[in-house]
Amino acid sequence: MMRHLISAADLTRDDAVQILDTAEEMARVADRPIKKLPTLRGRTICNLFFEDSTRTRISFEAAEKRLSADVINFAAKGSSVSKGESLKDTAQTLEAMGVDAVVIRHGASGAPYRLATSGWIDAPVINAGDGTHQHPTQALLDAFTMRRRLVGRDAGLGQDLAGKRVTIVGDVLHSRVARSNVDLLHTLGAEVTLVAPPTLVPVGVEHWPCEVSYDLDSVLTKSDAVMMLRVQRERMNAAFFPTEREYSRRYGLDGDRMARMPEHAIVMHPGPMVRGMEITAEVADSDRCTVVEQVANGVSIRMAVLYLLLGGNESQSTRTEEK
Amino acid sequence: MSKILIRGAKVLGAEARDVLVDGEVIEAVGTDLSAEGAQVIEAEGRILLPGLVDLHTHLREPGREDSETVLTGTRAAASGGYTAVFAMANTFPVADTAGVVEQVYRLGKEAGYCDVQPIGAVTVGLEGRKLAELGAMHDSAAGVTVFSDDGKCVDDAVIMRRALEYVKAFGGVVAQHAQEPRLTEGAQMNEGVVSAELGLGGWPAVAEESIIARDVLLAEHVGSRVHICHLSTAGSVEIVRWAKSRGIDVTAEVTPHHLLLTDEMVRSYNPVYKVNPPLRTERDVMALREALADGTIDIVATDHAPHPHEDKDCEWAAAAMGMVGLETALSVVQHTMVETGLLDWAGVADRMSVAPARIGQARGHGRPVSAGEPANLTLVDPAYRGVVDPADFASRSRNTPYEGRELPGRVTHTFLRGRATLVDGKLA
Repeated sequence: MMRHLISAADLTRDDAVQILDTAEEMARVADRPIKKLPTLRGRTICNLFFEDSTRTRISFEAAEKRLSADVINFAAKGSSVSKGESLKDTAQTLEAMGVDAVVIRHGASGAPYRLATSGWIDAPVINAGDGTHQHPTQALLDAFTMRRRLVGRDAGLGQDLAGKRVTIVGDVLHSRVARSNVDLLHTLGAEVTLVAPPTLVPVGVEHWPCEVSYDLDSVLTKSDAVMMLRVQRERMNAAFFPTEREYSRRYGLDGDRMARMPEHAIVMHPGPMVRGMEITAEVADSDRCTVVEQVANGVSIRMAVLYLLLGGNESQSTRTEEK
Repeated sequence: MSKILIRGAKVLGAEARDVLVDGEVIEAVGTDLSAEGAQVIEAEGRILLPGLVDLHTHLREPGREDSETVLTGTRAAASGGYTAVFAMANTFPVADTAGVVEQVYRLGKEAGYCDVQPIGAVTVGLEGRKLAELGAMHDSAAGVTVFSDDGKCVDDAVIMRRALEYVKAFGGVVAQHAQEPRLTEGAQMNEGVVSAELGLGGWPAVAEESIIARDVLLAEHVGSRVHICHLSTAGSVEIVRWAKSRGIDVTAEVTPHHLLLTDEMVRSYNPVYKVNPPLRTERDVMALREALADGTIDIVATDHAPHPHEDKDCEWAAAAMGMVGLETALSVVQHTMVETGLLDWAGVADRMSVAPARIGQARGHGRPVSAGEPANLTLVDPAYRGVVDPADFASRSRNTPYEGRELPGRVTHTFLRGRATLVDGKLA
């Protein structure tokens, strides 16, 4: 395993499968009456959140606590950051207090990479979402969810997602979830198709390891999983699409469209959903929709990542090597 | 002032000659000139050029003296072989009145390391709405002839048209920072393959090209000349080439960094590579080099943009745009243009001294190296190889993209009207 987790593109197939397999082990812990492992006892992890986030922060916190780590939550609002303190100074301050790992969410693409590579701090850095760049633990929990549903909980162990067809629909341009998923799903052997209006696909997408379509109906019937991305209403005002209703008609997932998907196919969403925009209530509340499972799986994946980065592999890389 | 004999330097890269400087002027150029009464500089193997002229420098004073002052900036200029720099108007306060340009002009005189020619803002406060008093700045002691809102684009077509027309009255030129503002809202880097992957806001080539296309047509329509700052894309080259073939009076500049670096550098998320216009692709770099070689692009200008350390020691989005360039420009040009065979040293003299002096009307600069001319001279050791160490810079700022990179060539001496401002690579 690597020292930091910055981008899904940094993971090899074997790294990713190891994380997914470890997450299955972690998931068993969640099934026990006492959901706690002593692995990270005495280690301190800081959740450094420069951007508002509820579910990701709580998911990391739950994962950290289940591994018995001490948790510090730092939210930029109302902190010294709002008084003009730099990322560097904030990070160094936290490290001076004895933080063993930093989980960072930041609005600026590349901020976690800078934190990990600029010599500002020594602690491992885990990217919990940076700007429109990457959100690797989201991609891992999505892959985990797909493997469970499409391959099987036990049958999936040691397996990747070879040959699975995944369609990602929505605001790809502004989505770190889409970027991370394209990278990881490609590494795991899945075939990814992005569907969006042309305005919401980045220039340069032709170099990504995926297909791009502007027509949702043409790809739905061939999908094993359809992942809907949140579309922010304010995009409408920036002329990315004419109206909310037109977007919904062309790119939203409703009951009729869902019925045309293969029977085994699942509907995914990283949340928070905008019901009535990219997804109807009928779809969101159906059995085929994995939104709630994804949340539960997120905790297992983050436990696995923390375990492998901080505690689980001391036999493989001794502490002295890090110096 | 005593006599100086520069012995055996290759003048503009041609045969070795002795150049005798007496006082402020070149007294003689020849072979076996008498060294009597003269201080001798043995210059065998070196190249003698007319003092370099930078049409695009940010000296930051007044207002941002933490990043550069007229003194430190002109020391950096002398170190880089420059004898004249044009100081951009985006200071605080903006150089949009006779008072501010005269202040910068006076600070340059006091510093004494090179001639400082202030550039006046086109519009009040660089806001693009109301013409600044261009005539007053021209008539001031600073004698402004170049006007630019650099840092911002004069995007209003009518304001641009009026400015182009108005400066004809006194032979001025408008230097356009070509950046369509709506297409570059939130722009962080070149829009393309790399920006798509990095999730950084894209600065599309078309935002530059569309403004250049508009402005050359405007210049044609009103019969004015226009200068394009820091041209950065292959498409811009095509437009300028077309405009020149049509007889439109347009000149263009390219920065050293756009001749060498590409947007692949941004993968490091290191803001030292953050600059406006952004680093483009390999294809653009090659097109710019060819255009500089064939004269489509007239000059190299540094866009020397000093920033304090903290403005670069941060995440990409929070960082300031710009790079220092005065002290590495000639080395980058040697590396990208001379050593690739695209340009000889006479060509370098034209692109970095003669042509910028002509465009900016810098009197006494960019002149031939011959008897009777002002002794504004730069002596270069082209065989030198060294690694760029920002700690060696005379600039107050260190935001160079070349740290740790080996670049060829070194300016050993700079003479401003016969007075050495740089001797053996050290400021005099």
